Amino acid sequence: MEITTQEFKHCDLFKIKGRVDSSTAPEFSKALENANNDGHFKIAIDMSELEYMSSAGFRALLATQRNCKRYNRGELVLVSVPERIREALELAGFTELFKTFDDTVEAVGSF
Amino acid sequence: MPKTTFPAKFEYLDEIRDFVAEIAREGGFTEKEIYSLQLAADEAASNIIEHAYEGVANGSVDISCSMQGNSIVIIMRDQGAPFDPSTVKQPNLKADLSERQIGGLGVYLMRKIMDEVRYESNSRTGNLLTMIKRRG
Repeated sequence: MEITTQEFKHCDLFKIKGRVDSSTAPEFSKALENANNDGHFKIAIDMSELEYMSSAGFRALLATQRNCKRYNRGELVLVSVPERIREALELAGFTELFKTFDDTVEAVGSF
Repeated sequence: MPKTTFPAKFEYLDEIRDFVAEIAREGGFTEKEIYSLQLAADEAASNIIEHAYEGVANGSVDISCSMQGNSIVIIMRDQGAPFDPSTVKQPNLKADLSERQIGGLGVYLMRKIMDEVRYESNSRTGNLLTMIKRRG
């Protein structure tokens, strides 16, 4: 797993590559927490190069979404979610909890 | 039946997923089905590592995986504390964001993906988790 971050005026864009499972989810979770701790609550996650995500990753997304939306201070949105991962998110009943975008320009522009 | 012993550590989840994928691929499952099978195996193994072997440093999980007719049979055996997935409360998927549960999701995914999830615990032979899915 590899995470890169880009700060825009109105939001942070995370790009996550590779696989998120119980082994790598703590690092993913920590990166999102750090953004929240710095007062950044508008976050887009580019998943175009994400190969795999288990429920450990879903839990990190859920916890971050909760934190971002508290006091209406922001939101976490997902970008270019690969089909298999979208299907798993659907199975977990998560799709209604996250707005999704087809490309990063659109996602960043939505904030 | 191909069988491998993996250390009960999250770092080995990659290898566990690859092991299951290889047999599923040989067994004629589609790439979409293989992804789901990898997810179910990952969730099952993650629970064993996290719950059955909680606080145990040198645990291991024996995983055997084979095709029986049109079905893939994944069996995980561990010597940790009993952890029966059927006792895990099903998460409420209709709950809104603030009430959505963080736990129980892995077991829920295992049950949704597999046709059958069976669990037996025996003080002598350890814990046995059997998961079966038919092809197509």
